[in-house]
Amino acid sequence: MGKFNKSGKKEMPALNSSSMPDIVFAILFFFMVTTTMRSETLMVRMKLPTASEVQKLEKKSLVTYINIGAPMDTRLGTGTQMQLNDRFAQVSEIQDYIAQEKASMNEADQPLMTVSIKADEETRMQYITDVKQALRQAYALKISYSARQGGN
Amino acid sequence: MAKTIRKVPALNASSMADISFLLLTFFLLVSNMDVDSGLARRLPPPPQTEEQTTVDVQRRNLLVVLVNAQNETLVQNQQETQLYANETELRGEGGKVALKDMVKEFVLNTQNSSLLPELSEEDFGAPIGTVPVTAQHVISIQNDATTSYKAYIAVQNEVVRAYNELREEGSRKYFNTSYEDLTEDQQGQINNLFPQRISEAEPKNYGGQ
Repeated sequence: MGKFNKSGKKEMPALNSSSMPDIVFAILFFFMVTTTMRSETLMVRMKLPTASEVQKLEKKSLVTYINIGAPMDTRLGTGTQMQLNDRFAQVSEIQDYIAQEKASMNEADQPLMTVSIKADEETRMQYITDVKQALRQAYALKISYSARQGGN
Repeated sequence: MAKTIRKVPALNASSMADISFLLLTFFLLVSNMDVDSGLARRLPPPPQTEEQTTVDVQRRNLLVVLVNAQNETLVQNQQETQLYANETELRGEGGKVALKDMVKEFVLNTQNSSLLPELSEEDFGAPIGTVPVTAQHVISIQNDATTSYKAYIAVQNEVVRAYNELREEGSRKYFNTSYEDLTEDQQGQINNLFPQRISEAEPKNYGGQ
């Protein structure tokens, strides 16, 4: 049957890949828009506690972070330190920090500001309580104890 | 002069894909998709005057949850007292009543016991209607200065879990669906039915200096 003989070698047509850059660009733009550059480098080491009933913090622009833990740089000791933005700070500096963060926000968003306390699980509650009292004084009343989803 | 149409040489765009792939990889690596999650709480506003404004709470309306320096948890109300030595006991393993079940019993007061919070009839709108609830109950979480954050969060988590289960049960009872599938208004109704009344006490110095 001549129909099936393979003597007439047909070349495989070249795949037209000219639209490949377009597709890649589309994905690229997606990532460029969704990405939020990590704005601060962590200077404290922390292992967040686990909890099962966590809620997601929806709007990233409304969230202010307070990092609490032992310093990454072991030369600075192993005591609990707090990092606000890109530097170590004392509890007494929280009020200024909150005021500054609030001022940089849209006025309508200010009451919705949430402070996420990211603290190492070995932190003593005394420190957390001090931070909480400082936040109360600064009228940052919406807080969230940051925790990893897990456990049962 | 002969008119010659000069052709523009075609640009070789085959490396375009490589370049855009490079950019794509860069953004893939730097973007962090992970959303921060945690237990949301609302702090009370700072005291306005020198003299602390204290709210009187009847003894029966109060469930005290105390986490001490050894990370043990003492739960106490007028009806019973329970001591949990560690986190697994909090979840009810080891023959003890789980903390969440104690909280649920405390919030519901199904037996209308005089040792648990008082029940008062309130209207929550259709289809819930008027039902008795313990509107005045307060769960007070207290801690010691050297309590570890991990133990504190574990206790907070169990209390929140109790409320979430109550809301889920309420949703199944009145709306016949899961809490997550309710509309925002319906979720609001359920939240009004079981409001989270958790108080994080003012810092105290137990056995202080």
